[in-house]
Amino acid sequence: MLILLAVVIGVLFATGVYLLFRRSTVRLIIGLALLGHAANLFLFTMGGIRPGIVPIVGAGPVEQMVDPVPQALILTAIVIGFGIQAFALILSYRAHEEVGTDDLDQMKSTDVT
Amino acid sequence: MTLHLVLPVALPLAGAILCLVFYRVARVQRAIALSSCVGLVLYLAGVLWPLLNGAGYATLRIGNWPAPYGIVLAVDLLSAIMLSLAAVVGLAVLVYAFAWFRREPEEPLLYPLYLILLMGLNGAFLTGDVFNLYVFFEIMLVSSFGLMALGGERRQIEGTIKYLAISQLSSALFLLGAGLLYGLAGTLNMADLARKLAASGATPYTAIAALLFLGAFGIKAAVFPLFFWLPASYHTARTPVTAILGGLLTKVGIYALCRLYTLLFPVHWAAQRSLLLGIAGLTMVVGVLGAVAQGDIKRLLSFHIISQIGYLIMGLGLSSALAMAATLYFMVHIVLVKTGLFLIAGIAEQVTGTTDLYAMGGLLRRRPFLACLFLITAMSLAGLPPLSGFYAKLGLVIAGLQSQEYWVVAVALGVSMLTLFSMIKIWTQAFMKKAPATAGVKERLRPGLYVAAVSLAAVVLAAAAGAGPIYGIAQRASQQLFDSSAYLVAVLGR
Repeated sequence: MLILLAVVIGVLFATGVYLLFRRSTVRLIIGLALLGHAANLFLFTMGGIRPGIVPIVGAGPVEQMVDPVPQALILTAIVIGFGIQAFALILSYRAHEEVGTDDLDQMKSTDVT
Repeated sequence: MTLHLVLPVALPLAGAILCLVFYRVARVQRAIALSSCVGLVLYLAGVLWPLLNGAGYATLRIGNWPAPYGIVLAVDLLSAIMLSLAAVVGLAVLVYAFAWFRREPEEPLLYPLYLILLMGLNGAFLTGDVFNLYVFFEIMLVSSFGLMALGGERRQIEGTIKYLAISQLSSALFLLGAGLLYGLAGTLNMADLARKLAASGATPYTAIAALLFLGAFGIKAAVFPLFFWLPASYHTARTPVTAILGGLLTKVGIYALCRLYTLLFPVHWAAQRSLLLGIAGLTMVVGVLGAVAQGDIKRLLSFHIISQIGYLIMGLGLSSALAMAATLYFMVHIVLVKTGLFLIAGIAEQVTGTTDLYAMGGLLRRRPFLACLFLITAMSLAGLPPLSGFYAKLGLVIAGLQSQEYWVVAVALGVSMLTLFSMIKIWTQAFMKKAPATAGVKERLRPGLYVAAVSLAAVVLAAAAGAGPIYGIAQRASQQLFDSSAYLVAVLGR
């Protein structure tokens, strides 16, 4: 299970980085989302992967419960990532309106020359 | 309990919510924003500093959860210095923004975003929890995206896309580092982490975590190989926004590095000394060379942000108590001076209608008082005695000589010369030179612009006149960072 998750995290990272190198803003945003998911999944594995019971006080012996902290952390990170992706998509729509393309190579007017 | 520690977060948050309620009523919005910023300054001066002068630490356990389980707000002198800088600069830039954005279509959006930015900054300085730090970083970043895109012109949208992409990359690295720490120690409370990591000793995993944080905060602070986003985005924003982002936001990365390296990774901090010093030297040189080559005043000042970050990293890399004290004084100096320079550049932009140095001119004759303000802050940046930059660099140079890192001292001094050179470039082009025939002239300026710039320049002079007492505070803060046992007791209660 752990090895499978490690492979999934690796593939997510590789795909995310590959998409970051593409020229389209939409691919860039999808790449950033994948990177975020990879980091979240990594956080998930840090709680320890093993079968257990739901961590509710009084529901069973403590040593059989799974660690709830990483799940709470991931939930927070997912919500933050969701908000930022929504903003990024609107931004890329506005960029398409202003520049007339989603090609990042056409968006060099602010770069250092 | 010290419940009032939530005020630096709660005041701007309440202000932002009220500003949204009064969305179309500009006068009420301004009053709300001004009172929450003034309230912050009064709170810090009247409550927090007297408390810290006695006890040295102030902590608050949110929801009264016992220490390593709940979120802890912990203030030591380093946090208090950063909070005070944010409050002073935040107030000055707000007054400036009142004048800059008056009756502009973006004005109703500015104040809520600005207050949320201050809330994120204050939260990042207050918190004693690694994941909480991540959350406050994100709050700060989201509002800075909004602020940067204000105006909605092509260049602002382009700049924001680049800034957003690189910031999200840095956040992913931060999250990985936090996850790794949780996997290693099973806690995210900084004090608890410090104790557990010290007990388990340095391993390759802690080294990886330290490097992940260095990467994440290095991007935020725009250090050497990770700085390209900054000169491509900061200058596109409206000038008050550039001032607050350029003055404060990059420094949060340095704050987080100082906090985490001293507390969690003291072993790796010493081991990565040559890495940090190498980064510092290259950051200084590349930043100042970029600045010298620029012909746009806001872009030139943006490159100076990078080169001055190099000095801060140098102080961190020297890893001695003296160097840390000098770094903190440098932090005070650079936040005030850099913001002040952006505010002055903004006034020059309003007078001449351009940010292109070659199209500016004649400001010395037309605005002698502005020229005087510029001279004070620019010479402070370059480090001419008896101004604040001199004491800041003197401290770093002495610390560098004591640690026998002669080459980085030489680089720092050489970069100082080039800084002076680029300031003289602005002086000759914008102030001394005769105004080109094409230059537009705006005779009437709103007084708020000058009020903000003059008060910041006065604070810069005060930081130079009070160099002794400020160094005293910086030394105590540096001792606190080096001897973290009192911090652990203050947070964990044992």
